[in-house]
Amino acid sequence: MKLEGKIALVTGASRGIGKEIALGLARQGADVVVNYSGSKERANEVVAEIKELGRNAIAIQCNVANSDSVTNMVKETVDTFGRLDILVNNAGITRDNLIMRMKEDEWDDVINTNLKGVFLCTKAVTRPMMKQRSGRIINISSIVGVSGNPGQANYVAAKSGVIGLTKTTAKELSTRGITVNAIAPGFISTEMTDKLNDELKEQMLAQIPLARFGEPSDIANVVVFLASDDSKYMTGQTLHVDGGMVM
Amino acid sequence: MAEVLERVTKIIVDRLGVEESEVKLEASFKDDLGADSLDVVELVMELEDEFDMEISDDDAEKISTVGDAVNYIKAKQ
Ligand SMILES: NC(=O)c1ccc[n+]([C@@H]2O[C@H](COP(=O)([O-])OP(=O)(O)OC[C@H]3O[C@@H](n4cnc5c(N)ncnc54)[C@H](OP(=O)(O)O)[C@@H]3O)[C@@H](O)[C@H]2O)c1
Repeated sequence: MKLEGKIALVTGASRGIGKEIALGLARQGADVVVNYSGSKERANEVVAEIKELGRNAIAIQCNVANSDSVTNMVKETVDTFGRLDILVNNAGITRDNLIMRMKEDEWDDVINTNLKGVFLCTKAVTRPMMKQRSGRIINISSIVGVSGNPGQANYVAAKSGVIGLTKTTAKELSTRGITVNAIAPGFISTEMTDKLNDELKEQMLAQIPLARFGEPSDIANVVVFLASDDSKYMTGQTLHVDGGMVM
Repeated sequence: MAEVLERVTKIIVDRLGVEESEVKLEASFKDDLGADSLDVVELVMELEDEFDMEISDDDAEKISTVGDAVNYIKAKQ
């Protein structure tokens, strides 16, 4: 096991990619804080699954866009487990619309959750990680943050922002033993992508060299790699995990 | 009160690897004691632990010399 004794905080871990990340980290020996926004029951189910794996876990409700809640969540994590080794910024939402039609609150909601949320969680964990002189921060961006995508101006701006934030955080914290990397997933089968229509899905599939949609575990495996010592000489990078969609 | 200066000095010596004799009240962390911005942030974190107090980001930004730190802690105690 690669993460024995490590403590991980995964935002948006009640379902989808975040859930698989939480389970993947636990399988490698980490104890996990399962953050969620509204899905209390599903978060508790993830906690139960992790405990079945023989690891410890707690669920914490917190809107990542709210700075007081984020501060409390990180405090509760450190109070409970005594340290914090791995932060995975995974929580995210979509509010798709053409720029012409996009409402200001659609823009704000997505920027607040997907970009400001990453900043707030990162800021809150730097203190315990700097004291430990070690830490891993892994940000879930998106391949569209690299390529752009019509109908997702808010989401793309946020996900591109996360890539820039990743590089800056990596540079600021490099001398303190903390590495910061991002993953840019392509099309992964979750509730987020379920709601897209079939025609769009066909179009997307045609652009994927590996000719299939990704599974949440495809992302979780790379998170485990970035959280472990195997990636210790990497920082500030964005890994495309997209079946070859953007090269 | 001298005790505050002593404890602050010890932390600075440990953290920044400077000689005790260099830690004068008017010494600037960055200009005289070779600290970078991140060192100062860490120093403030250690002072918070040592003196069991919270120093807000706004207050922390005003602490740039040894004397600033000592006066701030004395005022808060
Ligand atoms: N699916 C894809 O194809 C794809 C591709 C590229 C990138 N991504 C990124 O991967 C991440 C996970 O996506 P997913 O497909 O797994 O999404 P999902 O199935 O919709 O799950 C989203 C998760 O984020 C949580 N969340 C939403 N808003 C939150 C907030 N304000 N505070 C805390 N938690 C919040 C949700 O919690 P509740 O259950 O409590 O609502 C849920 O656990 C996102 O950042 C997404 O942008 C996904």
